[in-house]
Amino acid sequence: MVAKIRAAEIGAVNVGKMFGTFTALSDISLTIGRGEFLTLLGPSGSGKTTLLMILSGFEAPTSGRLTLDGRDMTATPAEERAFGMVFQGYALFPHMSVEENIAFPLKVQKRPAAEIKRRVSAIIEMVGLGGHGHKRPSGLSGGQQQRVALARALVYEPPVLLLDEPFSALDKNLRGQMQEEMRRLHRETGTTFVFVTHDQTEALALSTRIAIFEKGRLQQLAAPREVYERPTNRFVAEFLGEINILPLSGLQTCGAVAGGRFEEQALVVAPSERPGATNLAVRPEYMRLHLARPDSGNAVAARIDHLTYLGAETRLALRTSGGANLTLLMPTAELPPALEPGTAVWAGWSESRGFLL
Amino acid sequence: MSHPSRFLLLIGPLLLFLAATYLVPFLGVMRWSVTLPASGLGQYKAALGDPLVLTVFWRTLRICAAVTVGAVAAAYVVTLLWVRGGPMQRLVVELCILIPFWISVLTRAFGWLALLSNKGLINGWLQALGVLSEPLTLVRNEFGVVVGMTHFLIPFAVFPLASAMRSLDERVLMAARGMGASRARVFWQVFVPMTRAGILGAALVVFVFALGFFVTPAILGGGRSVMVAELIYLRIFQSPDWGLGAAISVILMAGVGLLLAALMRQVRQGASR
Repeated sequence: MVAKIRAAEIGAVNVGKMFGTFTALSDISLTIGRGEFLTLLGPSGSGKTTLLMILSGFEAPTSGRLTLDGRDMTATPAEERAFGMVFQGYALFPHMSVEENIAFPLKVQKRPAAEIKRRVSAIIEMVGLGGHGHKRPSGLSGGQQQRVALARALVYEPPVLLLDEPFSALDKNLRGQMQEEMRRLHRETGTTFVFVTHDQTEALALSTRIAIFEKGRLQQLAAPREVYERPTNRFVAEFLGEINILPLSGLQTCGAVAGGRFEEQALVVAPSERPGATNLAVRPEYMRLHLARPDSGNAVAARIDHLTYLGAETRLALRTSGGANLTLLMPTAELPPALEPGTAVWAGWSESRGFLL
Repeated sequence: MSHPSRFLLLIGPLLLFLAATYLVPFLGVMRWSVTLPASGLGQYKAALGDPLVLTVFWRTLRICAAVTVGAVAAAYVVTLLWVRGGPMQRLVVELCILIPFWISVLTRAFGWLALLSNKGLINGWLQALGVLSEPLTLVRNEFGVVVGMTHFLIPFAVFPLASAMRSLDERVLMAARGMGASRARVFWQVFVPMTRAGILGAALVVFVFALGFFVTPAILGGGRSVMVAELIYLRIFQSPDWGLGAAISVILMAGVGLLLAALMRQVRQGASR
């Protein structure tokens, strides 16, 4: 086992980055806590990789500052920051064996030979590469190369580990395995992880907090559950998964509840402090299908447009009398029998599952 | 039409041309080497037993080795500027590679003569500055030959090196820097080893070209640094020793063949590891 690392806290204050006239990042402020697993999530071109490159020191911000444990590190070059980094495509040294690859950062730090040997063999065992130490990277599978890259980035116990879409080249099964591995390495080393991905599921599964980017702006920074269930805007809500959005009319707030009308139905929802939030949003998996109007909760009348059988779950596309589309995701086992396109149904959900957007 | 026959149709004319212009004459030379003036391996025995021939072979190897090291090292620096430099550096390098490339080998050899001879520019300057009292012998010796050949062969080393440097994954260099490695360490322990195939390829091209050099050594060596190609020329055109000249050609050819095979294996091993 590798000893717990002295993890660092890094911060960005009003960081911006221009490439010519193109704004890659604008006004990003965030703090990544000691030992945190923070994911930078967004579509391609959203600025997430640019921010990672700025944190690593390979790119300089055009404006703003960076801090490491409270001290300014804006002008510190990458080689002095020496954060661990796992690149897309692994970036292993092709002319060195697995052991030599992993020993490289320790040799840079001029550690004693005996210590290097001990640490390298310990981490090779830790990432499950025992017996592969003398091979060249080209003789390893994608998953094994990924493990070498992780071992090389962690062996010198960096205060921060930065990961740029490390799983993008792996197939789905291997991805799942490597995610498990990452969670374990994070727990065992205790270092600060900053992880870039465009895969929402991966972000939700791994992170302590997720920072969501679009067009160079930070949209929301919160725990996975919060960004999924209480997104602060429509982009975040839709990027993290399917969502039904119902425009409400005559919205009124009365204490701890708010209410409005959608196609002649009175709907109840928790109030929002944000002005202009007049859409009721519900995730498809929180909606349930009823043949008659349910006694409690919100409900909207609709007809079935079509069903998609997905095995354990079934996806239902509904159309309301006003012509709005709704999507429901239900366990197949809970589905009422004899449903077919055209059947009149009710889509219902608990009042606490909806939120204003 | 099936693929193999279409392939033959396309490559056939080239193969025929090469056979007619290289293979047939070379087979003729091989025949001379074992028939002139008498049948047998006598000319090979004579060539390998002749101290003059051995001296020339040894000198050729020495000069070619020096030229290879010099040209590949110089080309490495030039290519580095070309591939990784800014737009201005790139332009300067392109001009410095291309312009000499268009100038005939003869002109360039005389150019070096003008620069390096006892009354040439360099000796003139050094004497005018008072650094030297006697002129330095820079030409009509092996040094002059090496300088002239190195200069001529640098562009040939640039292209294999450039392709190796261009195909290198930038992220690997970033990874090394990110782990705290200094620029010097990144260069010597990561960049240079990763361009190994390009270095071997460039060395091979330069060495093989250098072995057959004729004009440059003849002019800059001043008859005192005779290399194999010039020796063969002398044997065949200025003495009736056709058989001996042919035998030397075949030995040279065999040497080049062995070298090619050995280096190809090296490069392939490097790639598969």
